[in-house]
Amino acid sequence: MEFGTSGCLSEDGIHVDMDRLKKGEVNLGTSIMAITFKDGVILGADSRTTTGAYIANRVTDKLTRVHDTIWCCRSGSAADTQAVADIVQYQLGLFHMMNGKPPTTQTAAAIFQEMCYANKDRLSAGLIIAGWDERHGGQVYSIPLGGSLHKQPYAIGGSGSTYIYGYCDANWKEGMEEADAVNFVKESLKEAIKWDGSSGGVIRMVVLTAKGADRHLYLPDTDYKVRHEN
Amino acid sequence: MPGFDFSNYNRNAALHARGVPLPKATSTGTTIVGCIYDGGVVIAADTRATSGPIVADKNCEKLHYISPNIWCAGAGTAADTEFTTALISSQLELHSLSTGRKPRVVTVMTMLKQHLFRYQGHIGAYLVVAGVDPTGTHLFTVHAHGSTDKLPYVTMGSGSLAAMSVFETQWKAKLTQDEAVKLCADAIEAGIWNDLGSGSNVDVAIITPEKTILKRNYIKPNERTQKLKSYVFPTGTTAVLNEKITIRKQDIGNFVSITDLTEAEAGDKMEVDT
Repeated sequence: MEFGTSGCLSEDGIHVDMDRLKKGEVNLGTSIMAITFKDGVILGADSRTTTGAYIANRVTDKLTRVHDTIWCCRSGSAADTQAVADIVQYQLGLFHMMNGKPPTTQTAAAIFQEMCYANKDRLSAGLIIAGWDERHGGQVYSIPLGGSLHKQPYAIGGSGSTYIYGYCDANWKEGMEEADAVNFVKESLKEAIKWDGSSGGVIRMVVLTAKGADRHLYLPDTDYKVRHEN
Repeated sequence: MPGFDFSNYNRNAALHARGVPLPKATSTGTTIVGCIYDGGVVIAADTRATSGPIVADKNCEKLHYISPNIWCAGAGTAADTEFTTALISSQLELHSLSTGRKPRVVTVMTMLKQHLFRYQGHIGAYLVVAGVDPTGTHLFTVHAHGSTDKLPYVTMGSGSLAAMSVFETQWKAKLTQDEAVKLCADAIEAGIWNDLGSGSNVDVAIITPEKTILKRNYIKPNERTQKLKSYVFPTGTTAVLNEKITIRKQDIGNFVSITDLTEAEAGDKMEVDT
């Protein structure tokens, strides 16, 4: 594999790589996460998309449906992640029709990985796939830049995630109740938004359980306290 | 297979290799906006086209037809916005003919994003897609790299910051048609006055379930007025130092020969390759 100047650690420490994005490309400088809890999974994201210093959209929806109870969090290039998610949504739709049963989260994650790995030098996409299925319940998979696939109890991603590694490690617990899990995601993202300049706006969440998908919205106007209508 | 002809690109690359500077594309350094209201959607654009620091066209059209009830406002490279919208419009008409259904705005948005994504941002088309279809009223932005956004009000182009500041201060959830048109026109005017890349007039398109009203030059805040003074110099202002005629009219035959063609030689019929 080529070892250019981009995407690696320089001598002086962490090198945030902005050259991966093409000039003028719409970026999801993001805070995203997904966690498993007692009844399923919760996905969460901020809502900021930027072109350079300009906020192109302050109420973006970075939580994308690829099947009824399989969703993904997108970070990196908006164009790349939308293109990948659109193709996977099509593939899973086809899968459901051909097999007569809904795809598992693992299947979805594997299709995502296939695309991300095969096109690794052309894509800048950091994805978290989370879903609920009859066989395995709630599951979270993370696909970082290189196209590897990691099954995790919870995953965080995007530029804002660096600020909340400690918070999440200290506060995440196995098998949380829904209310506690929602609160954990919210508090984590609040912290990421507070410290990361590329993250901001509203907090969006999707709760995936046996009952289906439930959307949450929290506005900064009310200090993210009140759940609003979507 | 639909697509683009890259022969000019090869020509330009060859010329560039020999030290000839590449030709500048005409860019629509632009302000374009869109806004949904109760009962339809309004899009608007300024009418300035620029080529570097030069105003290439003072009254160009940036509102493009897609289908009778779907229209596009374009920013970025003028040729790219013109041809991508024309291409998608053509494909959409064929699609609608073969499915026997009215075209949808999401279809247009998807076709545009897939086309632009395939060309990885080399097609410099930044578009506001708006329309009314059987599923409702829709408004999208499509960026050159293929990303899309869905919002109740949008701005794009170099004047997007000026225009967005108008929307962010004046927009409200319930708007009448007149209020939406006024808001869009004000946003474009903000671009015309405060952005160097935008100027001249305001074009507006109002799309409702019944019909589309295209208001070309809805506002003309930059009309050329009569000069206060005439700058025509009277004949004889410039002194004639000497006069010399080298060819007289009657001597023109010495330099030009005129031959009448027979009917066979004359290019009456156009020759077509067989």
